[in-house]
Amino acid sequence: MEKIEMIHGSGGQATSDLIREVFVKEFWNGYLAQMNDAAVVAGGAELALTTDSFVVKPLFFQDGDIGRLAVAGTVNDLLMRGAVPEYMTVGFILEEGLPISDLKKIVHSMAKTAEEAGILIVAGDTKVVDGNGGLYINTTGVGFVPAGMEISPARIEKGDVVLVSGNLGDHHAAILSSRMSIENEIASDCAPLNDIVRSLINEGIPVHAMRDITRGGIATVCKEMAVQSGKAMLLSEELLPVNPQVKDFCALTGLDPLYMGNEGKMICILPEESAEKALSIMKKAHYGENACRIGKILRFEEEEELQIAPDIGELFLKTAIGGLRKLSVLQGEGLPRIC
Amino acid sequence: MTDLAEMKRFLSQYDGPELRIMEICGSHTAAIAKSGIKTLLSPKIRLISGPGCPVCVTPTAYVDRAIALAKREDTCLVTFGDLIRVPGSAETLSAAKGAGARVEMVYAPADVVAMAKTEPEKQFVFAAIGFETTMPVYALLMEELLREEVKNVRLLTALKTMPAAVSYLLDSGADLQGFLAPGHVCAVTGSEAFVPLAEKYGIPFAVAGFEGEELLAALYGLLRMQGKGTVKNFYPTVVTAEGNPKAKAMIERYFQPTDAAWRGLGIIPGSGMCLRPAYAAFDAGSSDLTEDHQHNPACRCGQVLTGKLAPTDCPLFGKICTPLTPQGACMVSEEGSCHTAIRYA
Repeated sequence: MEKIEMIHGSGGQATSDLIREVFVKEFWNGYLAQMNDAAVVAGGAELALTTDSFVVKPLFFQDGDIGRLAVAGTVNDLLMRGAVPEYMTVGFILEEGLPISDLKKIVHSMAKTAEEAGILIVAGDTKVVDGNGGLYINTTGVGFVPAGMEISPARIEKGDVVLVSGNLGDHHAAILSSRMSIENEIASDCAPLNDIVRSLINEGIPVHAMRDITRGGIATVCKEMAVQSGKAMLLSEELLPVNPQVKDFCALTGLDPLYMGNEGKMICILPEESAEKALSIMKKAHYGENACRIGKILRFEEEEELQIAPDIGELFLKTAIGGLRKLSVLQGEGLPRIC
Repeated sequence: MTDLAEMKRFLSQYDGPELRIMEICGSHTAAIAKSGIKTLLSPKIRLISGPGCPVCVTPTAYVDRAIALAKREDTCLVTFGDLIRVPGSAETLSAAKGAGARVEMVYAPADVVAMAKTEPEKQFVFAAIGFETTMPVYALLMEELLREEVKNVRLLTALKTMPAAVSYLLDSGADLQGFLAPGHVCAVTGSEAFVPLAEKYGIPFAVAGFEGEELLAALYGLLRMQGKGTVKNFYPTVVTAEGNPKAKAMIERYFQPTDAAWRGLGIIPGSGMCLRPAYAAFDAGSSDLTEDHQHNPACRCGQVLTGKLAPTDCPLFGKICTPLTPQGACMVSEEGSCHTAIRYA
């Protein structure tokens, strides 16, 4: 059979054939091969757990697909808490009519990304529903948190520096270009960020907080961190890295890179004295070559100078012409779903 | 040419009589907020948002008609994104869509031609709203419909012209000392479209671009031009005195001036454009859409659009009227003054 049919979700022979031919073949490992109801895995002291669903359309885009996105998104969520990604589960909801060749491509891409990110897919599920050839993925990720590791916005201090791992808005612009049939060279940045995070931690950089920049863009992520930490964060428009093609795309569509999603970029907040070393580590790491400093957590005297009340948990932007503006989280719908 | 530092110094230290300057265009409102310009101006310079967001000035009767058409079994309503969330008198297009009406969003009006060819038994109605900037696009659509002999596409028009609205504001006694003239509109009309207004009312107009530095230069120019009824072009890379003659001719071929209803302002004579009688068959009944019932009677969109109230003066602002629950059109559009005021508060 070349297309997904309702029978593939029956739970019978067709289902198990599909599982063996498509999923086990690509995801094979000792845990999964047991084909039990639940995987029993070796445990650690503290676990990090995350879950995510992926509904992006189109399924394939410039330099990525929904499968790579699902693995990278799950892995990055674990990494941002300082965890070492170990295991993940994958639930597929397939719509009738999906070409099995497409499914194979997506599963292959997931397997490759999981290998790259050092995570094992240890359990899975497949359901088939009415529809028109769509595909949705739900994941759960498990990671081990090394003893003494505490990375969270609560640790953000006045005077800390804000770093970003690369250019803003690439994934969002790539997906929209594809939907709007605009031809350009903008590629999704969808990628697992293990190398950047592990390098920072292994080199002993005292990271206070990290977040990956997904839906809502850097403004939403930074505003949330400012609120969680109760500190005032200032970003500098001049320093924000945006690929010139994405800049042109924004001019054309009226989009704002501050509110556009990435799938392979992160914010890192850490003490000023470690900033230069951290930057050089990030730049050398995989997917971190465009890393740069973009802002800071304001000190008392800086809050006074800008006439900002102390410790208000707000995000500010110094604009290119020197104006000051408060940034909120993304308001309204923004744009169609991009992940 | 005065340098940026000097312009910034002048604008921040200005200590003359209070100046109220209106940016007419919604894209300017958004650009001003985005660049944080207000934090660089002396408290004696106030920027007031005008009625230049096409979604915001579209009256409820228009939205209601669009919904009624979308609900017809044989009809598909085609629109740009923003309009679907604007409250009509009872509901939005988005709500009607959720309840089964056929509403399609497109990125370019020409997409409707392809849709119409695929489903020749369906009627497609394009919600053609906009100012001078968008009109050439609708003219091109008309040209394509005629050339391809597509018979199942019609336009529901609410097209408006900016100089007429500015003239109305000044006639109704708005207290303004200068205008940032809309760069994109002027690219079509030419900066000379505002010369009669500048001369008649003795008020300066500065045609401005959309980057922070371009806006600062135009504001600086307006302060220097105080008391003079002149138009100066600060966006010469895009705008000329006479505009784009080809685009103007295209508009003229298919459209002619008409009276138009503006949300909150009522009917302004000669402030709109409609299809010429020769193309009446392409009109989806646009001429009688003049009523403007507010979805929420406490909504102050009308006063906000004319610069009489700031968005924050409206009792609904930020409380029950937010980008997620807009009560009036100014909160819906990305370029509406209320949406901008909340987003860049």
